[in-house]
Amino acid sequence: MSINVSGVTKKFGDFVALDDISVDLPTGQLTALLGPSGGGKSTLLRIIAGLESADDGTVTIEGNEATHLPPQKRNVGFVFQHYAAFKHMSVAKNVAFGLEIRKRPKDEVKRRVDELLELVHLSQFAHRLPSQLSGGQRQRMALARALAVEPSVLLLDEPFGALDAKVRKELRDWLRRLHDEVHVTTVFVTHDQEEALEVADEIVVINDGRIEQIGSPDQLYDEPASDFVMSFLGPVTTLENKLIRPHDIEVSTHSRIAGAIGGTVSRVVRVGFEVRLTVSVDRPGHPEVAVTVTRAHSRNLRIEEGTKVWLTPTHGAPVVPAMESSLSETSAEIAV
Amino acid sequence: MATSYASDPAPVRWGLRIVTLGYVFLLVAWPTALVFKNALANGFGAMFETFSDPEIAHAISLTLTITVWAVAINLVFGLTISILLVRYDFPGKRALSAMLDVPLAVSPVVVGLALVLVYNGRDGWFGPSLEEAGFQIIFSTPGMIMATVFVALPLMIREVVPVLEEIGDDQEQAARSLGANAVQAFRRITLPGIKWAVVYGVVLSLARSLGEFGAVKIVSGNISGQSQTATLSVEETYQNFQQQASYSIAALLAFAAMACLVVVAILRPKEQQE
Repeated sequence: MSINVSGVTKKFGDFVALDDISVDLPTGQLTALLGPSGGGKSTLLRIIAGLESADDGTVTIEGNEATHLPPQKRNVGFVFQHYAAFKHMSVAKNVAFGLEIRKRPKDEVKRRVDELLELVHLSQFAHRLPSQLSGGQRQRMALARALAVEPSVLLLDEPFGALDAKVRKELRDWLRRLHDEVHVTTVFVTHDQEEALEVADEIVVINDGRIEQIGSPDQLYDEPASDFVMSFLGPVTTLENKLIRPHDIEVSTHSRIAGAIGGTVSRVVRVGFEVRLTVSVDRPGHPEVAVTVTRAHSRNLRIEEGTKVWLTPTHGAPVVPAMESSLSETSAEIAV
Repeated sequence: MATSYASDPAPVRWGLRIVTLGYVFLLVAWPTALVFKNALANGFGAMFETFSDPEIAHAISLTLTITVWAVAINLVFGLTISILLVRYDFPGKRALSAMLDVPLAVSPVVVGLALVLVYNGRDGWFGPSLEEAGFQIIFSTPGMIMATVFVALPLMIREVVPVLEEIGDDQEQAARSLGANAVQAFRRITLPGIKWAVVYGVVLSLARSLGEFGAVKIVSGNISGQSQTATLSVEETYQNFQQQASYSIAALLAFAAMACLVVVAILRPKEQQE
């Protein structure tokens, strides 16, 4: 196990940021810490890096007890959401910083910096200042800087959070490919479930200072351990007291299937290739159901506002019993 | 910014300019220019001759000594206090921050009196014991340095604190995670980041220290040729109707302070263009 966190607790005043967290992060993998803002995932990452100290519990990195080591002795690379570029240094100097601190010979530093700038496609910008780079380029520079010292662990705190959607997607693909090339154990924090599902080998879902579930993207999506994980990983709706994904509901305009629930389409919103329906179910007290169908399917069935429909869960679709408390919350989310 | 007001009618724009320029001219530029005019009324020769008078030469060199010490002390403590205020949380932080403005609010004469009360050799709190140990504070250079440090204390801190807050601690943390210890992170990352604030702080403290009058007058005893600084000798020569000497020293003090500001103004834009 590359990183072992055991019984870590952290409080800020009365606020419990982390409550007795234990997790093992295996060597060579790309792990995502996923959760809502304020859930404690960044705090956990900063405790692993030594930028924050735990009130209780231990951190082991590559078998070395690291709980009380200062950050500079942990051999971790850290990448910040807002880049933390050294503004008064050129791109090359930024990347060289860790090596110069370690007093490596000049020609070795130069060779390594050239290699890394090549790796992050910034060779032609070596002599620019960070202020002359775009956000995506700055973050790539920060990555090269963190990788320069050959860390045993690479930690990224919402690395793409400050970038616009298109650059974010590009960098996400790039990070995955980079990781396949470099194979350094990597942990990144994100609140974007799509980012986590797309990039990570393993996802740790953290909420309210506690771990909700650990698993591969498939496991999390197909076998969510709780209604929280289910609703955080994608849109959900409630059908007969069960949480289900809106695209896992089959819609028909005939009541042929036993157990189908009848209702009337009250709203139709088309977003690109999909059509989002809101269905008022013919049962007193049942909340409105959100259903997503493809454009073609909706056209075939001639669905429009006022159409009478029957709903059944798709066979084998993941469902989770709806908690009373989350009912109103999730249906409100879908309505938005 | 200026362009957004360009649509105002011409009389408003011109009116504002004339009022501002007239105000600054009457209050600052003209009176200062008159000091130089009077100092140079009998030519450069007469002005420099004044400075060769042993008592006046001593006053100028004493002012230099006090200024160098006061600026150096304020540099070290100003930086330390700024970092403490911005980067650390501790009980009483707000009280400390408020106290640092006291020297700006309180009259320097009061500062001088306060120092005399604490450090005088007869009945001060520390004075008698320090004097027994061989340190004379009041009526001597250390007291004058202390008075000047006190008065110029907030200048460095008020320049550095906002810049430290603005650059944040991300860069320092990045440096730490890359293997730098606290001292290396400060020297290589923090200090270059606040460089210009420090330079400005030094220049402002320098100008303030050169011109300090009230606190130093109380603390020094104002003995000509011994504990008289340049500002004090401006007053004495003026009261003794030595107009030439008085204007010459005043012009020198004004010139030194202005030269500092000009040097910084010239250096600063170059840095930003890089």
